[in-house]
Amino acid sequence: MRRYVLRLTAVGYLVLVLLAPLAMVFWRAFSHGGGEVWSTLSDPNTVHAFQLTVEIAAIAVPLNTFFGIVCGLLIVRRRFPGAGFVNALVDLPLAISPVVVGLSLFLLYGRTGWFGNWFTNHGIQILFAFPSMVIATVFISLPFVCREVVPTLREIGDEQEQAASTLGANGWQTFKRITLPSIRWAVIYGVVLTTARCIGEYGAVAVVSGHIEGKTETATLRVEDAYQNFQQAGAYGISIVLAVMSVIVLVAMTLLKPKEEAR
Amino acid sequence: MLVVLPIAALVWASRADGVGSFWSVASSPESVAALKLSLGLAVLVSVVNAVFGTVIAWVLVRDEFWGKSFVNAVIDLPFALPTIVAGLTLLALYGPTSPVGIDISLTRTGIFVALLFVTLPFVVRTVQPVLLELDREAEEAARSLGAGELRVFRSIILPGILPGILSGVALAFARAVGEIGAVVLIAGNQPFRTEVASVFVFLHIQGGDQAGAAAVAVVMLLISFALLLAIGGLRYLATRYERA
Repeated sequence: MRRYVLRLTAVGYLVLVLLAPLAMVFWRAFSHGGGEVWSTLSDPNTVHAFQLTVEIAAIAVPLNTFFGIVCGLLIVRRRFPGAGFVNALVDLPLAISPVVVGLSLFLLYGRTGWFGNWFTNHGIQILFAFPSMVIATVFISLPFVCREVVPTLREIGDEQEQAASTLGANGWQTFKRITLPSIRWAVIYGVVLTTARCIGEYGAVAVVSGHIEGKTETATLRVEDAYQNFQQAGAYGISIVLAVMSVIVLVAMTLLKPKEEAR
Repeated sequence: MLVVLPIAALVWASRADGVGSFWSVASSPESVAALKLSLGLAVLVSVVNAVFGTVIAWVLVRDEFWGKSFVNAVIDLPFALPTIVAGLTLLALYGPTSPVGIDISLTRTGIFVALLFVTLPFVVRTVQPVLLELDREAEEAARSLGAGELRVFRSIILPGILPGILSGVALAFARAVGEIGAVVLIAGNQPFRTEVASVFVFLHIQGGDQAGAAAVAVVMLLISFALLLAIGGLRYLATRYERA
């Protein structure tokens, strides 16, 4: 009996908070026919918004993958003063509000900011333009690869790596032949999480982008814009595309997880 | 470099006009109201998450039923779904044109539900692995010695999973304080009533009031640091038991 109560509580809570609202979006978007959804989705500004989202992710994800692996190796394999500090820093973007991140970048690259002047004098626009949006996204999605790689690196130990170097392998060979294959799944899982975060980022990008339609508007910003302008079906339409993207990510996460655990 | 510099710039900007002015901006009635609302909601969200997150994790580990792996996958949905879409989803069901007749848009309840949505996975995902590894023999021993279910839970299971619950709660709390995407559409952002700290910062940047935005942002930053310390401490505690 108690089992059923618990089971019902858990599933009921999930349905109420998670699944029912999600199902509603689909229903809402198509309840007046697909026409308005299609006209919003084929709007050049919407198409541009999706392109921008993909472009930003295409830069941020590889960067953070590289950084995450390097950082993981540093934290686990090297003993240096301040390792604990680096470890804590990597977690920082998880704890800080995206808006605070946005404001920090705003103040750093703005007209009165530390770097703002230099860039303005050299004719490079950072704020309200592509570069600042990339920087904000990189900042926000920084921890994921590193967080996945660190425990795996700890678990596998460094015996094989040492064996490889006694057999004459140099650092790069050891990394390519021994380390990388054994942390492969952790890296892939981290990349999936990073991608999801990059696509979905709203707060930080909203602050630094300036929201210029057709120029610095990503897909998530477009959703807000459409909703505030009373194009609700359109907003739901863009949301569905984003939701489908995240379901794909979710499926990837589910498929990758057991492999990682079984290894 | 990437992480530290912007934050240094933020702190620098907030004190550029002197500590006194920072304090007067940070303690203005509107910013205090926003911070209070954020913190209060975060506390409530943490409590609900601690209870329901543990229940969900329990059901996923100890129960067997049809569709369990689906439920398990669905838990991660709030991590994968863009937060602005999460906000919109809630509006679709619990908004002004709600098909079930519940309209919580433009209310604090709305913000609360939105925060519950985005923070759902944290406690589940931190308790689940601990619960999986928990030694069931101790529970059975306690039961055979005549302990009731409640007693078993309180003195055997809870001490084992408590670090997991707490670190999940800390993550959820941090997320609830900082969340903007899910909240911005549903809240209505009325000062003193439905304006949370993150939205306050956002609106004040757009309104050109950088000093006000920076002041509240620094307070939020301090909360984040405190939480990070707490999480670090918990992690240390958890591994200390392992080492012993």
